[in-house]
Amino acid sequence: MNWDTEFAISIIPQLLQGLVVTIQATVIGYVVALILGLAVAILRRVDYIGPVVFVVFEFIRTTPVLVQLLFVFALAPPTVAPLTIGISVLGVHYAAYTAEVYRSGIEGVAKGQWEACRALSLPPLRVWGAVVMPQAIRKVIPPLGNYLISMFKDTPYLFAITVPEMMFMAKAIGTEAFRSMEAYTLAGLFFLAVSVPSAVIIRRLERRYAAV
Amino acid sequence: MQQSESQSTGAVGARSEQEPSNGEIVRFDQVVKRYGSNVVLNELDFSVAPGERVTLIGPSGSGKTTILRLLMTLESIDGGVIWVNGEPLSHMRRGGKLVKANETHLRRARKSIGMVFQQFNLFPNMSVRKNVTEGPVHSLGVAKDEANQRAEDLLDLVGLSDKIDAHPTQLSGGQQQRVAIARALAMRPQILLLDEVTSALDPELVAGVLDVLRNIAQTTDITMLCVTHEMSFARDVSHRVLMFDEGQVAEEGPPERIFGDPQEERTKSFLKAVLENG
Repeated sequence: MNWDTEFAISIIPQLLQGLVVTIQATVIGYVVALILGLAVAILRRVDYIGPVVFVVFEFIRTTPVLVQLLFVFALAPPTVAPLTIGISVLGVHYAAYTAEVYRSGIEGVAKGQWEACRALSLPPLRVWGAVVMPQAIRKVIPPLGNYLISMFKDTPYLFAITVPEMMFMAKAIGTEAFRSMEAYTLAGLFFLAVSVPSAVIIRRLERRYAAV
Repeated sequence: MQQSESQSTGAVGARSEQEPSNGEIVRFDQVVKRYGSNVVLNELDFSVAPGERVTLIGPSGSGKTTILRLLMTLESIDGGVIWVNGEPLSHMRRGGKLVKANETHLRRARKSIGMVFQQFNLFPNMSVRKNVTEGPVHSLGVAKDEANQRAEDLLDLVGLSDKIDAHPTQLSGGQQQRVAIARALAMRPQILLLDEVTSALDPELVAGVLDVLRNIAQTTDITMLCVTHEMSFARDVSHRVLMFDEGQVAEEGPPERIFGDPQEERTKSFLKAVLENG
């Protein structure tokens, strides 16, 4: 199959449209994962609720995201937009991972810090908000950043539930024009164009926070 | 981690429900503490008078640090009752009976107690000022301005006024421990617990911290319970020395007697070992 540059250029706008959806899904899904993961990490330490939360999120963590996407897509009422389903499932799936990262960060906070909080009778909101989380977060920024990139690379799965992200667009172009190479190549390059700079930024953060 | 002070309603023995007399600020009543099968405190009875300075000495594992940790409610007891100011600390009243204290009771009850730790345990993400104002503002509800004033006064007392905007990581161990003392005092506790506060310090930094504590002992009427291996400091500040061994008080008395003329064989051999190593 030969490369048609003119055709490649002509499909860029369509692919960029897909890239916008991809980035949208990644960013919103990531925010969901960050917030929900934190809630999960904290709830896991609560009596009675903790073990239930643990089992649910271990289940989510150990089953493939593609299966979860198709499962929820099949169950959801048709009025719910596929993109909404995609973002929610990705966010919840990755929350299972970020919760583990937060957990290790929280466990890394010295026991003496908790004891000092008790000695000062600080209310729980202050213990978590002013003492434990600020110390835990520093340690978990690098691993959390890596999950952002993983998540970005997992967005092509949304293709399976008809979300018009970049791979979906590439496939559509291929089917329509009977040429696949240009679209897939460009899609790959666009992925690279986003994830390489992200990786560099995360490396830098890693160096900055590892120093403390 | 929040300790799980469960609300299990185990009634305690009749003896324990007698309230302590007014001459006591702290009373341990038949207190038992176990770690697994290891009994650390074995039906321990002792009390402390208001304003009294008590030094706890004894071999490691004798339960002296455990006493401080129980008073600070960092651990829960397995038997007996701890009283502070005539009110139960380890327990609370419910329907005329004493039941195990819940977290809410503990948070209120321990506000009259402050603690300085061996490892300082300052909050590394906060400035010195924030370390000292955090408790008064967020636990006692003191206004920010007043808490700031307290912090400035106390840091002056411990000789660290110039470090008020520094971070703990920028300070030496001795300076950190002096900030930790200021942080504990900012809560205006009636009882100050000092848990081997100089053990983690380089030798040349010990004197500065002990001077601060001597000064506090001379200028305030705060009740102090002190676990230390600094025998000369114990001799200077304490009214009474308790020698612990195997979870019980082996011997007690004024420092002159305990250090000068110990009666018990265990006290003699302990003091001999400390003096040889120190």
